[in-house]
Amino acid sequence: MSYLKIFQLIWVPFLILNAEIVYSQKSKSNTFEINFSHYVGNEILKLDSVIYKNALNQAFILTKFKYYIANIALSRKTGKTIIYNNYYLIDEEKPSSKNIVLENLPNGEYDSIHFTIGVDSIANCKGAQSGALDPINGMFWTWNTGYIFMKLEGTSELSTAPNALLEYHIGGYKKPHNCIRITSLPFLKPLIISNNSNNYIEIKTDILEILKTPVSIDFTTLSTVTDFNNSAKIADNYSDMFSILKINNEK
Amino acid sequence: MKSKIYIIAFFAACFFTTAFISSEDPYFFISKKDVQLTMPKSFPKPIYTFKSNKITPASFVLGRKLFYDPILSKDSSISCGSCHQQFAAFSHIDHALAHGIGGRIGKRNIPALQNLIWSNTFMWDGGINHLEIQAIAPITSKLEMDESLENVIIKLNQRNDYRIAFYKAFKDSIITSEKMLKSLTQFMGLMISANSKYDKYIADKVTFSEEELKGLKIFRTKCTNCHTEPLFTDNTYRSNGLAINKRLDDKGRSLITGNEGDNYKFKVPSLRNVELTFPYMHDGRFRNLKEVLNFYSDSTKHANYSDSQMQAIGIISKDDIEALHTFLLTLTDKSFIYDRRFADPNIGR
Repeated sequence: MSYLKIFQLIWVPFLILNAEIVYSQKSKSNTFEINFSHYVGNEILKLDSVIYKNALNQAFILTKFKYYIANIALSRKTGKTIIYNNYYLIDEEKPSSKNIVLENLPNGEYDSIHFTIGVDSIANCKGAQSGALDPINGMFWTWNTGYIFMKLEGTSELSTAPNALLEYHIGGYKKPHNCIRITSLPFLKPLIISNNSNNYIEIKTDILEILKTPVSIDFTTLSTVTDFNNSAKIADNYSDMFSILKINNEK
Repeated sequence: MKSKIYIIAFFAACFFTTAFISSEDPYFFISKKDVQLTMPKSFPKPIYTFKSNKITPASFVLGRKLFYDPILSKDSSISCGSCHQQFAAFSHIDHALAHGIGGRIGKRNIPALQNLIWSNTFMWDGGINHLEIQAIAPITSKLEMDESLENVIIKLNQRNDYRIAFYKAFKDSIITSEKMLKSLTQFMGLMISANSKYDKYIADKVTFSEEELKGLKIFRTKCTNCHTEPLFTDNTYRSNGLAINKRLDDKGRSLITGNEGDNYKFKVPSLRNVELTFPYMHDGRFRNLKEVLNFYSDSTKHANYSDSQMQAIGIISKDDIEALHTFLLTLTDKSFIYDRRFADPNIGR
């Protein structure tokens, strides 16, 4: 056996192995950061202070806004979709929760982002869980098992509930009251994600959309929704509350 | 000199008492063998499998500690075991409706805890879809323990004995709701009742008396469609035609489904240990088995029943009712209600 052959025997597998490692390291370094910005129409949301108006010109104040996002997926032009099977609880009162960083995004040309609003039925039937799905987060119905997908609370003088409360607790994974909605946001132009890049998307969450289209919420007749009655209506409303504000600093 | 002896005797007494108190009673010791899951031969495959909640003695013991600790209630006055008493097959004996903290009264009768891993849903209306999260409902119910889950976890994290117990069970002393619920599930999930006279009869270990045999026969023609053997429930929701209790006006299953067709339907309860779980029905309206059987003896009298199986019962004669009663007593499982593994270690033997 010549020295060259021995050299090849040792080095060739090493090179291949090395290439694999380099490749996986490179794709690991692609990050995709999602930032949710909460708006009421064109104004940035401020809890407890600003008076807003719904589509029916009814005044209200907001005191709480939180919701679940799950199974974020990014679609590539080639048709392949990268799915992240995670659950996130976005809470206006916890600024850090509005920021999600996805790692290991493979190189490619991406043209849209998709995610579930709410918690899918599998996770609703899984028993005791921790993290975002810990029932301690107050987003869980104990008497009729299921996660509350979205909580919007506030006050309005027009409310018929005690203390002029507005309370929309929307959830439920079973038909016909299924409130799981999937949103798809296409990018204006394809996003090329290449080695070592940190990518960023800012998504606008518009609370006014929860109160209109297809159903205009009238505070005098529907000041609270806390079970399956009317919940699917509001879910239809919130299914289009997201839009893209910026991608990688481009509007 | 004499006083010296007294002093020595005093310290010796102190030493022995503390030694006696601190040493755990071996009666309540849980070994690996104690937490082995053995499936009764005649039972179907369980729904809850412990696949992602491996049973260990430490975790089971933690579940038992939690089950019998009033710390889970808002004012530390009642525990799970207050209303789920072992001698009543973990139902609340002689209490028609659930009792909560501060004398609050709930809306439904406390169900027995047994063979839970064969149940797909929990509560009279089946509102809860998983054994692990069942315990959150009574803990947080205003009419029962009225405590927030968040507060329970804060209280437990403040207790050294719990941090040690959680560490032993999960190799991590940080207490989370998931760990708490999983250990409670281990304790309750192992509550298996499958050693009644009926079970021994099925396994050909004992014989039935003539009256018991007669009762079984009638049972199999009149009752078995809903109270299906061997679990003595088919895990469905039915209206058995009870008159509507206007004060409670409990609509049952439809509160969960939103479907009017489910009005006044409740989960078919198991009849295992039925002798011990009085009073009966979802609102505890019948004080004893005689009243229950009397109700079922004539289905033509039921005004608002919705279930066709109830209609099929027709009329059962007095003699047959007696035989049914005798048969139902064979479902009592003494080894379950005296099983030391499920006993309250705080009370002692």
